[in-house]
Amino acid sequence: CRARRRKEARRGPRLCYTNHLYSRPFIESFEETPMLVAVLTYMGYGILTIFGYLRDFMREWKIEKCHIAREREEQKDFVPLYQDFENFYTRNLYMRIRDSWNRPIYSVPGATFDLVERSSNDYNWTFEYTGRVVKDVINLGSYNYLGFAENTGACATAAGEVTVKFGVGMASTRQEMGNLKRHEELEKLVASFLGVESAMAFGMGFATNSMNIPALAGKGCLILSDELNHASLVLGARLSGSTIRVFKHNNMQSLEKLLRDAIVHGQPRTHRPWKKILILVEGIYSMEGSIIRLPEVIALKKKYKAYLYLDEAHSIGALGPYGRGVVEYFGLDAKDVDVMMGTFTKSFGAAGGYIAGRKDLIDYLRTHSHSAIYATSMPLPVVEQIITSMKCIMGKDGTTIGRSRIQRLAENTVYFRRRLREMGFIIYGNNDSPVVPMMLYMPAKIGAFGREMLKRNIGVVVVGFPATPIIESRARFCISAAHTKEMLDRALDVISEVGDLLQLKYSRHKVLPSLDRPFDETTYEENEE
Amino acid sequence: MYFHYCGIPILIFFCERVKIYRRNNAISHNKLLFQCFYNRCSAPAYHLILEGILILWIIRLLFSKTYKLQERSDLTEKEKEELIEEWQPEPLVPLVSKDHPSLSYDVVTGPPSHRIIVNGKECINFASFNFLGLLDSERVKLKALSSLKKYGVGTCGPRGFYGTFDVHLELEERLAKFMRTEEAIIYSYGFATIASAIPAYSKRGDIVFVDEAACFSIQKGLQASRSFVKYFKHNDMEDLERLLKEQEIEDQKNPRKARVIRRFIVVEGLYINAADICPLPELVKLKYKYKVRIFLEESMSFGVLGEHGRGVTEHFGVNIDDIDLISANMENALASIGGFCCGRSFVIDHQRLSGQGYCFSASLPPMLASAAIEALNIMEEDPGNNIYIHKNKCILPSSLIYGGFCRTPGLKTVGEPLTPALHLQLENSTGSRTNDLKLLRAIVDYSLDRQIALTLARYLDKEERFLPPPSIRVVVTVEQTQEEMEKAAQCIREAAVKILK
Repeated sequence: CRARRRKEARRGPRLCYTNHLYSRPFIESFEETPMLVAVLTYMGYGILTIFGYLRDFMREWKIEKCHIAREREEQKDFVPLYQDFENFYTRNLYMRIRDSWNRPIYSVPGATFDLVERSSNDYNWTFEYTGRVVKDVINLGSYNYLGFAENTGACATAAGEVTVKFGVGMASTRQEMGNLKRHEELEKLVASFLGVESAMAFGMGFATNSMNIPALAGKGCLILSDELNHASLVLGARLSGSTIRVFKHNNMQSLEKLLRDAIVHGQPRTHRPWKKILILVEGIYSMEGSIIRLPEVIALKKKYKAYLYLDEAHSIGALGPYGRGVVEYFGLDAKDVDVMMGTFTKSFGAAGGYIAGRKDLIDYLRTHSHSAIYATSMPLPVVEQIITSMKCIMGKDGTTIGRSRIQRLAENTVYFRRRLREMGFIIYGNNDSPVVPMMLYMPAKIGAFGREMLKRNIGVVVVGFPATPIIESRARFCISAAHTKEMLDRALDVISEVGDLLQLKYSRHKVLPSLDRPFDETTYEENEE
Repeated sequence: MYFHYCGIPILIFFCERVKIYRRNNAISHNKLLFQCFYNRCSAPAYHLILEGILILWIIRLLFSKTYKLQERSDLTEKEKEELIEEWQPEPLVPLVSKDHPSLSYDVVTGPPSHRIIVNGKECINFASFNFLGLLDSERVKLKALSSLKKYGVGTCGPRGFYGTFDVHLELEERLAKFMRTEEAIIYSYGFATIASAIPAYSKRGDIVFVDEAACFSIQKGLQASRSFVKYFKHNDMEDLERLLKEQEIEDQKNPRKARVIRRFIVVEGLYINAADICPLPELVKLKYKYKVRIFLEESMSFGVLGEHGRGVTEHFGVNIDDIDLISANMENALASIGGFCCGRSFVIDHQRLSGQGYCFSASLPPMLASAAIEALNIMEEDPGNNIYIHKNKCILPSSLIYGGFCRTPGLKTVGEPLTPALHLQLENSTGSRTNDLKLLRAIVDYSLDRQIALTLARYLDKEERFLPPPSIRVVVTVEQTQEEMEKAAQCIREAAVKILK
């Protein structure tokens, strides 16, 4: 039912150039799943499920060897830790293609990487490491947008120096004995990078969301959350104890309706007005490759006096002419976003997250954030990596490396997306998003695509249910500034080859190849079917 | 409401029928239907007309729309706009007063090691959880550096999507081997470890029995699990048994439901808030008696208790397989970052797809994993000896300092002699938490001036389920010499005498 609704919401490429809020063309496409493909996909799951039941039956009767870890004899009469159906999917579907995930890396996760070779003699239940290393695999999987995952260069050198001097641990929290001068410097730098008053850094991106949203909202507050928000935002919202309502992905009508209804009707049962309304959105959605319609969200937020929490985990560094994220991409003012959140894991090649905004917000978080009080503060080599890479992006290191990387990423993204579309693949998301989901649909193709690509020395991420709706399994490419044109061309050739092999070129939209049309309003047409 | 209005005509209708019936009272029951028809024919014309009108009236009532007594309350667009215009939200965050005690963090300038520079003064560190002094270890630093030169800093992905490095696998294997369990799983953040592990198993409807002194990350894990939480008094096994018995009685009432409700006991090995050890052997007895699983959080006890530093299980000689899940962070004794869970594969492996902090978060930077591996190497090097005990020449360091503090007037020492992090609380509270904290802060400042770095134990007052009393937390590490400990004890005594009067 949900898939159907989503399908309805996505009709062809939708353009918003007419909207006065946008300073640039906003081209996002989610091509509808072809009917035949959808039917076949459901059939695929049907067959897998039937076989799953059959094999469970055989395992039960000891006809098939059972590899599943068993409960201890002493605890057999305890209430089972897992419900039987809970692991049906893992046992019978995931296990078949488990080799496509958790592939161990043996080098820096840069533009290319080395993978530890593994093999399985028991249908993926256990892996053996052969001791060999698969060298020079093109990395289309890591979130290394600006190519700062490096083991040489300014960042690594700076981090190395700090490691020797300070060690890696902190062994205390920010509020106790773990507040180093360098942390404060990092926070000042983040604030100036984003163009806001103040910022605070945390040791883990996931926890930045899940441990700070509860400080911002509570009982009697309403959280409006995009349906495709990351698990950390969902968890944070849940921990806050607020009422949570979900709007359709990037759908402003849906958001506005919820806002109106919320203010008009107030809280359920008591009908008291809401204390405050917090909108949770992400800059780039990592599974859809879509960019938030930020100008519209800000207009709505202003109209309805709601607060906006923007998670820029994927967009910071990756969007905007100066890498300042989705706010800069749309040419907006950072002051219009109440809470700017982001992570250092992706574009900065480090770890952790930040929250930035007005000084009173950050002061409040300093005293009330779960993270500042209970969690160990950020390790210094990581802090150093962030400071160095951020200064590079800002051009404060006296070079243009940062600037050119941002440009390179934008060019790579547009090029890669255009080529894929021309080849006839269905790709989702915004034209400018470096996250490029390519639809595979059928469950068997998830594993096949991952394996065939690795055979040809290309590492890709494949995703299926439950990370995506059941029929929308996909491969996801993350474009990096570190990719050279040759690498991308090789990758594209291989993708095309594997795409022919697995019949993945589903798209029915005719795209004229290499039509480097300049942007001009008449070129684009509203395609609303 | 409907029948209210229908009632009158129906009543009239039946009166008419009865009249006719009485007139022909000789008719038997089985002929009634025929008689009705016959009667109608023989009845006077005005009767027929009246009945006809009544029947039509009833049909009309049956098919007409119901109507409400009140006017419809739907708001017009204009009214809605007015409401929207009128609504004023609370500010996103309340204003924090400038002199809020936790706004002015102590600033550390040098490395946060044994000798630490706090607010510009060089001190001996009695505040960081660097129990084994591994934060200062050159070997750990060099290992981290060489790892950095190979892998860079960040992992740029979660474990599933090219965020697994060979060092992660090595660290997991090493931890499992060290703890003598089947499997271990690492998280990139200590706080997220138990907070993710609990909701991976305990779901809505399940029951969790928790010690009142449980730390904040356990509380958050419980909240995320949406399970039914029952708190028992701190380390009070009778109270726990009482709750378990209550549950048993409850189960007997509804055995069908009882068969699917999972039950867990969540305890800390060594409580960070209370500085004492949980009675694990009794817990294990209760576990088998009432068929409850035990989750044990060992962030404070890992590397500290037990002959080899394996924690509370080793300390009590409890079979580690009797504990369903052990979690600990690598931020204290191992002086790295992150946390791990270990136990049997049957339990632990589930987290690889269900542990939120594991699946959805970027993995631990490889250099930090390497540092943890090297720290484990150091811990294992001297077989048969826990360096926490060994390095201090077999005198439990904390028992020494414990003795020192026990003689402090005005302050009471909370915690067992074995624990590495003690709490000093006020003997007589002033009655207000703020003032208590101010007094304790004065002691901390006094000590800072005399080169002893201490810290207040910080809590989120409103968020804690059972807020511990204000205290100074004193951490004892292997690096502190006897003289330094004596100096610290002396210094705190002086401060207490001076400030508490």
